[in-house]
Amino acid sequence: MAINIEQPNISQRPHKSPANKLFRMLGAACCCLIVLVMAGIVIELFIKSQLSMNTFGWGFLTSSTWDPVNGKFGALSSISGTIVTTIIALIIAVPMSLVVSIFLVELAPEKLSGIFGTAIELLAAIPSIIYGMWGLFVFVPIMGKYINPLLSKWFGNTFLFSGPSSSGLGILTAGCILALMVLPFITSVMRDILMMVPPVMKESAYGLGATTWEVTKDVSIPYGLRGMVGAVFLGLGRAIGETMAVTFVLANDHTLSSSLFAGGNTIASTLAVEFTEASDGLYLSSLVQLGLVLFLITAIFQIIAQVWLKYAGKNGGRS
Amino acid sequence: MRPRSITQRKTLNGVVTLIAGSAAVFGLCMLVWILYTVVSRGIGAINWDFFTQLPKPPGMSGGGVANAILGTVMITAAATIIGVPIGMMAGIYLSEFGQESKFANTVRFVANIMMGAPSIVIGVFAYTIIVLRFGFSGYAGAIALAIIMLPIVTRTTEDILKLVPNTLRESALALGAPEHKMIFEVVFRAAKSGLVTGVMLAVARVSGETAPLLFTAVNSKFWNWLMVGETGNLTVTINDYAKSAFNDQNTMAWGASLLITAGVLFLNITARLISRDRKAKR
Repeated sequence: MAINIEQPNISQRPHKSPANKLFRMLGAACCCLIVLVMAGIVIELFIKSQLSMNTFGWGFLTSSTWDPVNGKFGALSSISGTIVTTIIALIIAVPMSLVVSIFLVELAPEKLSGIFGTAIELLAAIPSIIYGMWGLFVFVPIMGKYINPLLSKWFGNTFLFSGPSSSGLGILTAGCILALMVLPFITSVMRDILMMVPPVMKESAYGLGATTWEVTKDVSIPYGLRGMVGAVFLGLGRAIGETMAVTFVLANDHTLSSSLFAGGNTIASTLAVEFTEASDGLYLSSLVQLGLVLFLITAIFQIIAQVWLKYAGKNGGRS
Repeated sequence: MRPRSITQRKTLNGVVTLIAGSAAVFGLCMLVWILYTVVSRGIGAINWDFFTQLPKPPGMSGGGVANAILGTVMITAAATIIGVPIGMMAGIYLSEFGQESKFANTVRFVANIMMGAPSIVIGVFAYTIIVLRFGFSGYAGAIALAIIMLPIVTRTTEDILKLVPNTLRESALALGAPEHKMIFEVVFRAAKSGLVTGVMLAVARVSGETAPLLFTAVNSKFWNWLMVGETGNLTVTINDYAKSAFNDQNTMAWGASLLITAGVLFLNITARLISRDRKAKR
């Protein structure tokens, strides 16, 4: 009697079944959707800002006139406000996060570093509008009463700290709040990078008799330097596009001023304040173009950060 | 390197530890200060009415933000329904099929850039593409939030699925399971807690977003169960009330801040506990 072994039908192999094909295609379609949305954002913003581009040309980026009543728009004050607040934020936040992350990874006792680390990650999750609220109601009065007068007493003759300072609002305050906001974010990224340093490298340095600080300075930091620079870029991207933390304290002032005490605006804050007020086509179009400028700036920094981190990854993080 | 005595080196080490420690304490204090402010100023606004009543007109005390709580929950839920399945499918594709192909790498690159895009720009996009055609609605806000979620969910799904050992996949395939069954019934089960954590963190991230809702969902003083037209929500309520000249409204803004902060932190802590359990089980 011949044994009848059922031969599997080639066309019914699970890999080739229609359900499987459909599944793969669905996955690929979702991936395409991400790319399409991204392209859609760029194209849509570009189209909707055509009116403003045609009216002002490149002058849009170099003019500081922002006059909705007479229909004259220039982005210079917004762009400079964005850049200055970001620089202030990074000047404060980067050294602090570096020091704090070193403390968490290298210096603190393990238990303490666990608690601190979790706290910092939770704080990075707090919505930015909370920072904005706190800034407006708590930090602005403190800046106005104590810190700004002190700064103007010490450095009042330099252009950065001239002019009236008692309101507490303005670019400097916004920069400080921004610093506070990106601090937990940059710290947690830097902490992750420092934790990736192979223990063997640190142990060999300790074995040579180095102190904790010497190990940190000569082994951990050089090893993670590229990753840390990447972390700064990521923080930069966050600070540039941040809206709610700065909008309340900037006073939405479009005049260009060299003083950090003066009110100002960033691209994001202008969008937040004025978008719903935009009554005519040109106003709206100018605001959309501002959005496009902001998007392109952050995209450029993202791309730099990505390429940088990829390069860092290839070199094993060493510089 | 200049030779130094052991005392000098140890002193330097101590000084640095002190500086770093005090910086850490300073940073933590500032952030605890923020939390303390939110709790101490917000707790006064929290009562039964806060959760059940509609907002009162400016200048009148009492009332609540019930409609805004509902709006935030509905908008976030809608964003999750849109964003999570698409993001997960894309993540599955990247981890299981795309791997190192050129297409997959492009998608990863784009997703990373999208993750860094300012949320207000996403709001502008949602405004020009949806609101200009159909008017303000909770759905426009939900779509903006979904766009923010999409790359986050994609990348976390991919990262978590990659942690699942290949032997599991191979055993499922060897038993004759088709790929989608292998993924949903074997890989997903192994990665369940990680995926839940990832989704919860993404939900927490968007539920506190204000900027994308400012000109999509806007805000409203009334119930809006269908999310058509202006839809009340907590974060824009905070934004509006914080700028108000009336003390009652400022207090309401702090109450809403407390609620949203508590919600976001609750989601975060729960997510962390879930993923810690998973690590403990291994």
